[in-house]
Parts: sequence; C-alpha cells; structure tokens
Amino acid sequence: MVYLFLVCSALLAIGLFINKNRLVNYVLVSVYGILLVTFGVYEFVNQGISHSLFFKPDSLGVLLLSALCIISIPVLFHSYRYIELHKESETPHSRGMYFGALAILMSASGAAYLSNHIAVTWILIEITTLSASLLIYHHRSVKALEGTWKYVFICAISITLVYVGILFLSLAMKQAGIDDMSYDSLIKNYSLLNPFWLKLAFLFIFTGFTAKLGLVPMYTAGIDAKDKAPGPVSAILASALMNVGFVSVYRTYAVIAHTPYHGWANGVIIIAAILTVFVAAVYMTRVKNIKRLFAYSGIEHMGVVMLGLAAGGIGIYASILHILLHTLIKPALFLQYNQIYRVYGSKSIYDLGNYFKYNKTGALLMLVAFFSVTAMPPSGLFVSEFMIFQSLFESHHIILLIILLVLLTVIIWGFATNVFRLLFIPPVSFDETNVPKISPWESVLQYVLIIISIYFAYNTPGRFINMIEQAVRIIN
Amino acid sequence: MTDILLITLAMTLLYMSIANRLQTYLNILVFQGFLLFGATYLTLTEVKTANLLFIMLETIVFKAIAVPWFIGYIIKKNKITRVAEPYVSNFASLMVVTLIILVTIVLSGSIKDINLDKTFFVVALSTLFTGLYLIVSRKKIITHVIGYIVVENGVFVLSLAVGNEMPVLVNLGVMLDIFASVLILGVFFNKIGDVLNDPDVNVLRNLKD
Repeated sequence: MVYLFLVCSALLAIGLFINKNRLVNYVLVSVYGILLVTFGVYEFVNQGISHSLFFKPDSLGVLLLSALCIISIPVLFHSYRYIELHKESETPHSRGMYFGALAILMSASGAAYLSNHIAVTWILIEITTLSASLLIYHHRSVKALEGTWKYVFICAISITLVYVGILFLSLAMKQAGIDDMSYDSLIKNYSLLNPFWLKLAFLFIFTGFTAKLGLVPMYTAGIDAKDKAPGPVSAILASALMNVGFVSVYRTYAVIAHTPYHGWANGVIIIAAILTVFVAAVYMTRVKNIKRLFAYSGIEHMGVVMLGLAAGGIGIYASILHILLHTLIKPALFLQYNQIYRVYGSKSIYDLGNYFKYNKTGALLMLVAFFSVTAMPPSGLFVSEFMIFQSLFESHHIILLIILLVLLTVIIWGFATNVFRLLFIPPVSFDETNVPKISPWESVLQYVLIIISIYFAYNTPGRFINMIEQAVRIIN
Repeated sequence: MTDILLITLAMTLLYMSIANRLQTYLNILVFQGFLLFGATYLTLTEVKTANLLFIMLETIVFKAIAVPWFIGYIIKKNKITRVAEPYVSNFASLMVVTLIILVTIVLSGSIKDINLDKTFFVVALSTLFTGLYLIVSRKKIITHVIGYIVVENGVFVLSLAVGNEMPVLVNLGVMLDIFASVLILGVFFNKIGDVLNDPDVNVLRNLKD
C-alpha cells in the first residue's frame, strides 16, 4: 500500500508539474488530498499489518501519519488561498511547481513515518530536502535564495553525517554477522552489536537528524527555511517535517535504549535538548521578526520533547503526546501569519500592532494560539508539558528541571511581549486606508485545529492512549 | 597499494589546507577523484562486476570530472575572485589539519575491531573533518561547496571499508553524491545568475535575527 501511495503521489506530482490549466491543477490537488487521507485511514485501520520489508505501519508511525492527514487539509486549503492572493506574481508554472513539490514533501514525510529501515528513512529524508528547497525558493528573491541555500547546504551536511552514522552502524553489525538494517532486526539483535561503533553511529545519526528535528547543533537550517517559505509551507516544515526528524531519532534511540549505553545516549540527548531550549529562550526575547519567533518556538518544543524522551518513564508517553499536539497547534500559527502579512505588509514586530482593530477573528485566534503554544491552560500542551516536568522530577533531574522552568518562563515572556504588542499596542506610522477586509471564514480551520488539540489532550480517546503506549513499548 | 592511494589522499588534505588559489583546490579535487577511482577498483573485489562498473563510473565522472569542471565554470561565469580568502593564516590551517590527522590516528588506536582496516578509518575521518574545517574557515560560498565535496570524498572512503559486505551502502553513497551535486550545484548555481547580478556570491549573508 505504501508503494502504491508513493507511486500515485509521484504521478500526481508529475501531473501538477506539467499541467498549465488552473482548474485541472486544483482538481489534481484535491485528488492528492483525498489520496493522502485515504492512505492515512487505510494505515490506521490496518495498523501493524505489513506487506513490505521496508515499511511497517506501527502505532508511532500511524499516529504521526494521522496528524499529517489532519493538518494537510488546512494546509492545502490555505495554499490555494495563498496562490490566489498572489495572482499577479504567480504563473501556471510556479503554481504547478508549488503544489507538486508540496505533494512530494507530504508524501515523503508520510512514508518516512512508516519506514522500518534506516536506509529507506534516509532516502525519504533526502526527498523531503529536495522538495522543501523548491518550496522555500518559491518567491525567487535574493532572500529566498539565501534561505534555500542555507537550508540545502546544512541539510546536505546533516544527511552526510547520517550516512556516516549508517556506515558505523553497519560496522557494528559486521562483527555480529547481521546484514538486515531494519529497525526491528536491530532491536532484536541489540546485544550482538559492537558497542564502540554503536555509540559512534548514534552520535552521528542523532547529529544528522537534528537538522530536521530542529535541535542544537543543526537547527539553524529550519529557522531560515520557515522564515522565507510561504506561510502554508512553513506550517508543514514546522510540524510534519520536524516529526520526520523525531520519528527517525526515536527509532534509532530505541535500539540504543536496549543496550547498557542507554544512560549515555540520554546524556547526549539532554545536552542537545537543554541547549536548544536555551537558544530558543535567547532568540525569542530578541527576535523582531514574527515568523522567526514562531520558528524558534518550534525548536523550543522539540527541546522539551527530547527532554521528556531522555527522562524516561511517563516522559516518553508525554513526549509523543506533546509532539502530536504540537503538530496540530503550530500550523495554526503559521497559517494565521499570512493574514497578518496581508494587513500590515510586513513581518517586523515594529510595523505591527492593534490587530484586534483590523481583523477580529484572526486576532482572537492569535490570542488563543498564543495560549496554546506557550502551554498555558487550557492548552493541550499544558498536559503533556506537565507530564514531562513530572518525569524529569521523578528521574532526579531536579537542577535540569529548574533550568528548564526558568528558560520556559523567559520564553513565555519573550513570546508574550511580541504577541501582545501585535494585538493591543497601536502601530507607529501605519496607513489604515488600504487595510484589506479579511473574511472570518479564513480562520475557521485554524480554530478547528486548536479545538482538536485541546479535546485530544484532555479527553484522549482510549484507542489513541493504547497506540501511544504501544509506541512507548518500542523503547521499554 | 590501497594504502598508498589512501595515504596520498590524506597528504592532499595538507596541501589543500595551504592552497591559495581556487584553481588549486579544483586540481586537488580532480586528483582525489582519481585516487578514489583507484581505491574503489582495488578494494571492492567481491562486488558484482556491473555494480563495480557503475560505482567506478560514478567516481570518475562525478568526482573527478563533472563536479570540478562545473565549479570551475561557475567561478569563471560569475567572475569570482580567484583567491580562497581564508579567515585564518595558512600556517594555522596546516597545523589544524595536521592535528586532525593526528587525533584520528590516536582515536583509531582505541578501536579493537579486527574487521576494520584502520587506514580507511583514519583517512576517512580526517578527510571528513578537514572538509568541515575548510567550510568553517573559508569565506566564500564556493569554497564551502568545495569543502562539502571533500567531506563527501571522506565518507566515500569509509563506505569502501564496508563495501564488500554491504554493496548497498556504497550505492547509497553514490546516491548521496548525485543528490548533493544536483541539489547544490544544479538548483543553486543555475539560478544564482538570474537572481543576483553581483559578480561575487558573497551577498547571501543578510538573513539573520
């Protein structure tokens, strides 16, 4: 089924690339949306049933795939709005490129969740880099070029590091005489792996995947990319693509978590994660570009997620819940960003203000999304973040917990000063005459995303609890 | 014989660290491509002939001919100044690269794995880290690309070490080569002339907080 899905996506993407007709374009995009959701539903129903050597729809993959399906609908809808609103600068060619690349990006991410083989994950991540770079470069400006260049270069280096890690992993297996590199086989034969090579492999693979996951040291690529990419694309980059990094790290971590080097791997992850939260705290108090502010908020959440993972216990459950909720909430912010840009024509915080006056529904959504993303109750993230704090406390990382709480307070302060300035403080020298009227209907899907996240966190359906627990069992 | 080729490869790194002109870098890249071509032929003795031919074709075409030629073409087309413009002095660079090689040799001493030829490990890692060092110590974007290709050469050496048992991984490395060449050189530099009228590619440093 995965192969069929990938082939259909590729055909649709080729159709989108070569087609010049507007109507056909939107028909193809709709067909793609239906295809993706059908695939998601199919894998959800047939969870755990694998017909292929390289893909296995286990609970973690299916959960993330479901989240991707949910956000794909608003993202595709807002992409359509985005292209229509930029009519004068769009050509049939650029429109086709946009939707074709978006389809490839989403399909590659979806397949990467289900991948059961590290080399397959690696190839799919290469494809996401390729398609994402096309999308970031959509506007063909010098700054977009710079964002694309940095993204491509850092991703190329990180993918090379992952490759080195895979080579070390093969050395670790060579001694044991295993030649199946699937995650299942690695977990099954963990005791036979050579520890020296395994540790080296984990170090390289982890460092490489941080480019997608958005952790120190490779997080910079994602920030520039989300800043320069069109809003709906940033929404995908900040959620679905970060999840690809998460799932890859999670599966590699699951192998080493069975060995006696579990504690060592936790140390590595904790260092990277707390540094990430620190970097996010520093930049979020300084940054004056609202889109970069959202991007830094994303890496902060990834830092928190990885801390939960390293703390163990209930933290692993919480980190999966956290990443699912984050996948729903963060796109709402990035999709809302386009409305802000339409009102003010700028993303510098100095040009923004008094948003309630110009777009009431959008401003209210910003307020709700702000509370959601900073994990203040009734936000869904509050539940998962609280569990992560609890797990850090239980695993005796008290000092780490205190540092984290201080940093998160700084982050909330930095985020709040900027968002409240946008919402309530009148902008300096802003010409009100040409403010476009924004229909409240354009914010509906974002509200839906946030409501789903809150409902999901406070009243998680039993089936999903089981699925998350199954995903946790990969590690324990 | 393989050892001689690999050690020559490590020596080119020292030369690269003190090279001043971009043309010298390209010549070294071509030379490294031929060294890898030889090393591939000598190492991968147990790989199927068709696969071996494919891998060797890739090393000679991509590593030794196409990529260096294309970079040279870009340098000419964009009228990039032909000096490398390092941030640090040549002497310091030479010391750093020497240190990298020494550290990898010391590190290799701690490996107790009889399955691995240590020469591969030392040369691969020192090439990898020298490439990363070239990226951070040189100013121009084009030298970053050259540094990245050095990194790839190092990784390719490492993949040769496991190539006989797992030829799939070498093919994966070949894919990485092609992927990076297409992405970095193709997408980026074909467009750069259209968007940027500036002759040098140093203008891409505005995106920050």
